[in-house]
Amino acid sequence: MSEPLVIVGNGMAATRLVDELTTLVPGRYAIAVVGEEPSLAYNRVLLSSLLAREIDEDAVTLKKAEWWRDRGVTLVYGRRAVEIDTKAKAVRLRGGSKLNYSKLVLAIGSEAVRLPLPGADLPGVVTFRDKSDVEAILSRARTGARAVVIGGGLLGLEAAYGLMKAGAEVSVVHLMDRLMERQLDCEAAGLLKAALEERGIQVVLNAESEAVQGRRKVAGLRLKDGRNIPADLIVMAVGIRPNVRLARGADLSVNRGIVVGDDLATSDPDVYALGECAEHRGTCYGLVEPAYEQARTLARALAGKPASYEGSLLSTNLKVSGVNVFSAGDFLGAPGTEPIVLRDPGRKSYRKLVVNEDRLTGAVLVGDTADALWYLDLIRSGAPIGALREDLVFGRAFAEPQACAA
Amino acid sequence: MNAPLQAKAVKTTCPYCGVGCGVLARPDGFGGAQVQGDPEHPANFGRLCSKGSALGETLSLDGRLLHPMMRGPAGVMARAPWDDALNAVAKGFRETIARHGPDSVAFYVSGQLLTEDYYVANKLMKGFIGSANIDTNSRLCMASSVAGHRRAFGADTVPGCYEDLDEADLLILTGSNAAWCHPILFQRMLKNKRERGARIVVIDPRATPTSDEADLLLQIAPGMDSVLFSGLLAYLADQGVLDRDYIRDHTNGFSEALARARHIAPDAEAVAEQCNVPRERIETFFAWVAATRKTVTLYSQGVNQSAQGTDKVNAIINCHLATGRIGQPGMGPFSLTGQPNAMGGREVGGLANQLAAHMDFEPGNVDRVRRFWDAPAVAPRPGLKAVDLFDAVAQGRIKALWIMATNPVVSLPRADAVRTALGNLELLVVSDVVAATDTIRAGAHILLPAAGWGEKDGTVTNSERRISRQRGFLTTPGEAQPDWWIVSEVAKRMGFANAFNYASAAEIFEEHCALSAFENGGTRDFDIAGLGTLSHEDYAALDPVQWPVAKNETNGAKRLFAAGGFYTPDRRARFVAVAKPKLAAEPGRYLPLLLNTGRIRDQWHTMTRTGKSPRLGAHIEEPRIAVHPDDAQSFNIEDGAFARVSTLHGSAVLRVAVTPSQRRGEIFAPIHWNGETASDARVGALVHAACDPISGQPEMKATEATIAPVQFAMHGFFLTRKPVDLPTGVWWARSTVEGGFGYRIAVPSSNTKHWADIARDLLGNDEIYAELLDEGQGRYRAAIIRGETLDACVFLAKSPQALPGWEWLKQQLAAPSLTEPARRALLAGRAAEAGTDSGPVVCACFGVGRNAICRTISDRRATSPEAVGRELKAGTNCGSCIPEIRRLIAETEAQPQPQAV
Repeated sequence: MSEPLVIVGNGMAATRLVDELTTLVPGRYAIAVVGEEPSLAYNRVLLSSLLAREIDEDAVTLKKAEWWRDRGVTLVYGRRAVEIDTKAKAVRLRGGSKLNYSKLVLAIGSEAVRLPLPGADLPGVVTFRDKSDVEAILSRARTGARAVVIGGGLLGLEAAYGLMKAGAEVSVVHLMDRLMERQLDCEAAGLLKAALEERGIQVVLNAESEAVQGRRKVAGLRLKDGRNIPADLIVMAVGIRPNVRLARGADLSVNRGIVVGDDLATSDPDVYALGECAEHRGTCYGLVEPAYEQARTLARALAGKPASYEGSLLSTNLKVSGVNVFSAGDFLGAPGTEPIVLRDPGRKSYRKLVVNEDRLTGAVLVGDTADALWYLDLIRSGAPIGALREDLVFGRAFAEPQACAA
Repeated sequence: MNAPLQAKAVKTTCPYCGVGCGVLARPDGFGGAQVQGDPEHPANFGRLCSKGSALGETLSLDGRLLHPMMRGPAGVMARAPWDDALNAVAKGFRETIARHGPDSVAFYVSGQLLTEDYYVANKLMKGFIGSANIDTNSRLCMASSVAGHRRAFGADTVPGCYEDLDEADLLILTGSNAAWCHPILFQRMLKNKRERGARIVVIDPRATPTSDEADLLLQIAPGMDSVLFSGLLAYLADQGVLDRDYIRDHTNGFSEALARARHIAPDAEAVAEQCNVPRERIETFFAWVAATRKTVTLYSQGVNQSAQGTDKVNAIINCHLATGRIGQPGMGPFSLTGQPNAMGGREVGGLANQLAAHMDFEPGNVDRVRRFWDAPAVAPRPGLKAVDLFDAVAQGRIKALWIMATNPVVSLPRADAVRTALGNLELLVVSDVVAATDTIRAGAHILLPAAGWGEKDGTVTNSERRISRQRGFLTTPGEAQPDWWIVSEVAKRMGFANAFNYASAAEIFEEHCALSAFENGGTRDFDIAGLGTLSHEDYAALDPVQWPVAKNETNGAKRLFAAGGFYTPDRRARFVAVAKPKLAAEPGRYLPLLLNTGRIRDQWHTMTRTGKSPRLGAHIEEPRIAVHPDDAQSFNIEDGAFARVSTLHGSAVLRVAVTPSQRRGEIFAPIHWNGETASDARVGALVHAACDPISGQPEMKATEATIAPVQFAMHGFFLTRKPVDLPTGVWWARSTVEGGFGYRIAVPSSNTKHWADIARDLLGNDEIYAELLDEGQGRYRAAIIRGETLDACVFLAKSPQALPGWEWLKQQLAAPSLTEPARRALLAGRAAEAGTDSGPVVCACFGVGRNAICRTISDRRATSPEAVGRELKAGTNCGSCIPEIRRLIAETEAQPQPQAV
């Protein structure tokens, strides 16, 4: 008799968990996946491509319906879980039905932060988080429409890129003095800005939004310094907030996210959380890769195998309109570390590696990111780089040619 | 415009060493020429050495002096009409002579001049100005041979010919690195060794590429050649292998010479001790010589450039006279001349202690030449030899000097003092093919543009007395003129129009022949009467011919003196009782080491022509000081690092090459680099001016010296399309590379600039360039790319070992456009290995490139993104590249098997 496993959330983390778990211990659990969005799980990373109309909706779907069926998964999508009864080990869905569980996994992600600006509730002010947002944006992003994206982080830039491809005239307004300040150093951010501007995206830095202007619909964005940017559409991409309401209602331990241990269990040993809703060792991750790593660990834990998640080393990959950007680790370089910088403006390429006592501890790449993963592996493993150092910055083909030869 | 496809080859003669190889030059119609050896020339039979083969690369007009220039009142050189320049030279000389007498002026000329040029210059100075103050750079090269020949034979006669090198059974090379300096002759010797089994003995303080091929190397203490050959003479006498008849019938002074030889070197043990060579080697050498009648002894700068050079020559000749091994096939003493026309210069009298046509200043000769030239004021006595001449300049005794086709500020001993001295002159005239030399920069007042090789027309004489034509095959550029024309025009303006009214080189040659025959009657060796009747057409078509060429003959003599007939008053050769040799320098007296100097394989003299060739520049690209490993240890210097070499006269900073081919206590530096090609490598400035008392030739191969490590904060190289002025204080050595110039550089620690700023100084300030900055490992690299070509790059590191090689980068500088992989690899300084290039990234999460994905699709038949993901992980993380992977699958399947690069 299979144990009932309920997964709340039907996103990328949930899908990967099912994939891992059913591969590891097929049939061990009777799995039910509850999703609020009214569709099969899809690849959120591809939303900007969808917005850009580079791909169609089919292409963002992670797994077809048969895939779920083949694995005996009960898909309950378009339904919201509203309450967890940890004593009864049951999840109550909106509309009243209840699912009993032996184990419960919360993979409920996060929601986009909306700035509480005057006028923020006007039609034409949207976030960029899910397929319905894409639909909302596309309905307004006609050719020649003026779009303002608030937020020059990863998500905002992806939205801006999608909008630009969809034909809109795009401005990105960003609070800080450089784009993606949490992932890029000044030089890399500068290159990224230049690349975006070259592609027709206007970038406004040091720009604090004051109010959305417009009477019945959006007409523009006013900045604190008095500048006024006309807009038909404003996309807020200023950050995400983990979805914690459900957990809080169940009296699970919650800080910014749902607190989990290295086994990804919450304060209730039969309830787990992963992905953007979880807070592990004080960190809430907003990227897919940690969610995938957590899914792998959790699958092992649920399969009864030794499993421990010790956190993810953050790395960032952005691929906007042919501008590749990557960063990982201590890319700014703490005091005492040695930077290796390779800049080639002609190729629009910039590489900075940070070496600390014979170990690679950080990297930021713009343009030519071919060696990003190799650097990431070196950063993660913390292995001494030794003789690799000589040609490290030129990439693996130079530093370790024997490993590259096909 | 099309080049003539099969332009007719012009037969001419190589302008480098004294071998005098025949060259076929085919002009390409664009100012250059294809060059190959002349199969019919008896010096080389079609072969050329590296330098000769690269002649075509040296013909560019870069750096050429194309117009007369005169220093204006503000000290600035400005272009001037020929007439003004010639008038100024004539006026300057005339007035100086009027005020201070004829000995207040001088010419310093060159073995690069053609015989006709030389003849006119000599005639003007010795016949019409009335001074013998014309000396030549052959003084630094051949003077001891001349003096030795004259003492022994009564004339400056080379008795043998190149065929002797083919026919000898024993070839002794002393003081000659012929493998590098006379490569074509050395190849003839090696052929003899290979095919006939001739033995080769090399006598040299250094192990050299020549000794690598030898059967026996005697690595003797410097300057001890006379001991060795004295010991040999004694041994030959003891062994009874003397030619008593020859000695009796054709020589004088044998017993005194033998007694002196026995005194200097009574036996092999004594020789071994003084020469610092194991006795067995000495004995082997002696035994081989005793047993081998067909012996040729070849000698060059190691013998000549010596304060006892003349004695060395005579010690060698003594052995040949005593055994009668002279003037017969496969035997004889053989001087290898350094320059293409040192011999021609000697023939016309271009040395200050010769008058003309192998005549000295004996009153009968002075009178004869006066009558022949119808000259008003033939110099009655020898003039100043090179070293003395420049001393006289320094002392203000010479006030007007005309330097032709040579660069004494680089090549003379105590070259710094020479440079200073030139600044004292009231008038310094320089005729040259190039616009900038160290000599010109020393303060020339008037520059006269001379025709160069390939443009000028005349004759040269090689080491075997063979006169060959140098012929023009290129248009003379700008306003350049042949040297004979320039000198004649000045002579006319000095009031000697009648005697210098030449219309062609052929007319001069005719007069030269006539002088050689004038009242000769067999009393003088140099007689080319037979060539004096050539029509101008015959002169133009003249085949290589050896002198002497008697009247009514067209062929010259291969060999002389087999049956005596020397040019002494009694027609007998003279044995010379040589002095016990002693170097002018005494290591340890002031400084602990001995500095030797010489040539390298692929450069010629001060590099004005060979320096233009990328091929030649690649052999040895910077000046190096060769040091024995023990000395390196004692003086704390390392291979590949830098050292300051100092003497009492000057210093230079050179790259260190630690090598066991040096003897302990002796170091070697090349003579070629100068202020135009390196920051601090004018080795002439280090050399002392101790001269042979007879020949006046300076001892350039043994100067007291010391050496000390020099630390540089940064080492690097710099490749650029245009030559640049490097910042003061930076050590540099320049070589020509395909498409531009290569500089090896080193930056002193006193230069506190950041290396990015130093690179900016080199590259030019405002350029956008690619750079690598790696402080931790002490590296900096930068490159300027213009369009698709590499314009310049600079690589700096904290140590020479941390620099990559520059060969690959040189190829990139030469490339008309950079390939994408090369462009990407530029600052790595090398190409990625084949097959490692994964191409532009497709999967950013896992860093998987397009080439890798395509290879997987075609090699492993991955037909779905999932299959590609299983192989390469591509697309298995964020999945954003899956659409692109799908497209690649479709493309690769549609277009099967493009071979992965």
